Amino acid sequence: MDTQLDLWEVFIQSKAGSHHVHAGSVHASDEAMALQNARDIYTRRNEGSSLWVVPAKYITASSSADADMLFDPANDKIYRHPTFYIMPEGAKQI
Amino acid sequence: MTKQEALYKYVLRLGDHALIQGHRLSEWCSKGPILEEDLALTNLALDNIGRAQALLKYAAELQGLGNTEDDLAYKRGEREFYNSLMSELPTGDFAFTIAKQMLISVFEYFQFTALSHSADETIAGIAAKTLKEVRYHMMHARDWCYRLGKGTEESNRRLQNAINELWMFTGDLFEMNDEDKMLEVLDIAIDLNEIKTQFDTLVQTILRESDIRIPENGYMQTGSKKGIHTEHLGHVLTEMQYLQRAYPDATW
Repeated sequence: MDTQLDLWEVFIQSKAGSHHVHAGSVHASDEAMALQNARDIYTRRNEGSSLWVVPAKYITASSSADADMLFDPANDKIYRHPTFYIMPEGAKQI
Repeated sequence: MTKQEALYKYVLRLGDHALIQGHRLSEWCSKGPILEEDLALTNLALDNIGRAQALLKYAAELQGLGNTEDDLAYKRGEREFYNSLMSELPTGDFAFTIAKQMLISVFEYFQFTALSHSADETIAGIAAKTLKEVRYHMMHARDWCYRLGKGTEESNRRLQNAINELWMFTGDLFEMNDEDKMLEVLDIAIDLNEIKTQFDTLVQTILRESDIRIPENGYMQTGSKKGIHTEHLGHVLTEMQYLQRAYPDATW
């Protein structure tokens, strides 16, 4: 029997304005416990300013068997990268 | 007793309580019910030991004998420690640890809220920092009280037993002595009678919401403010101070 409680995926925002980035997972029986466990495991060294926890069962993942079909066609579409623009003077990124 | 001596004893007491509570929590390291809770309990331990370090450092300054916080932590005997009796009790089962942490966190929450307005700036500063940590400890322990109390018949029974056993150690938290009275007049220390009502109300609410019966106020243990302890503190110190006792002033 699995006694490890439900699995939750943890996303951390390192500072206000930036994306929440996947950090790992925790086991927990409810939302409050999931947040506390995520805080205790993943933000001990000042990593975060905001946390999301999502029940892992609600994440739909693409199948690795489909990876060829899904992702390979993008390999040779170099024109989709914005590398053909001339950078305006002074702009650090576009 | 001068003001300086009273302040030393007062700060020492706050530091000792955090040190012994931190040590007891650290005993859960690698023994938690699940990995996540193992880390949570050792995080609480580290918060306590950090607080103990700040307070004992300040106590050592006030003592003025050139001691460090480590000297105070590792080179005093049982009768020279002033931590609360509750903090030194063995960890027991998980429910006992949670019940103890809940009672201590609720007490500390009101204690450090009041102390953050202390006329002594160092105490006020440490209290303000501690308060953030203690709010989390209180939430974590309270949520576990809900889960255990409303969980299975066994988890409810274990939490109820823990609360019943711990109840006679709650009185000791609120005892005051000459240091308290002397420093309270100067707005440095706080009147523990004032936070007793807040403590009772919040603890009763948490226990009621956890389906736990509130024990009768019967016989209360006493003594920590005089350095009189249960038989358990000696065992804590034996382990905690082993290295310094066996190899005095060892460095590495």
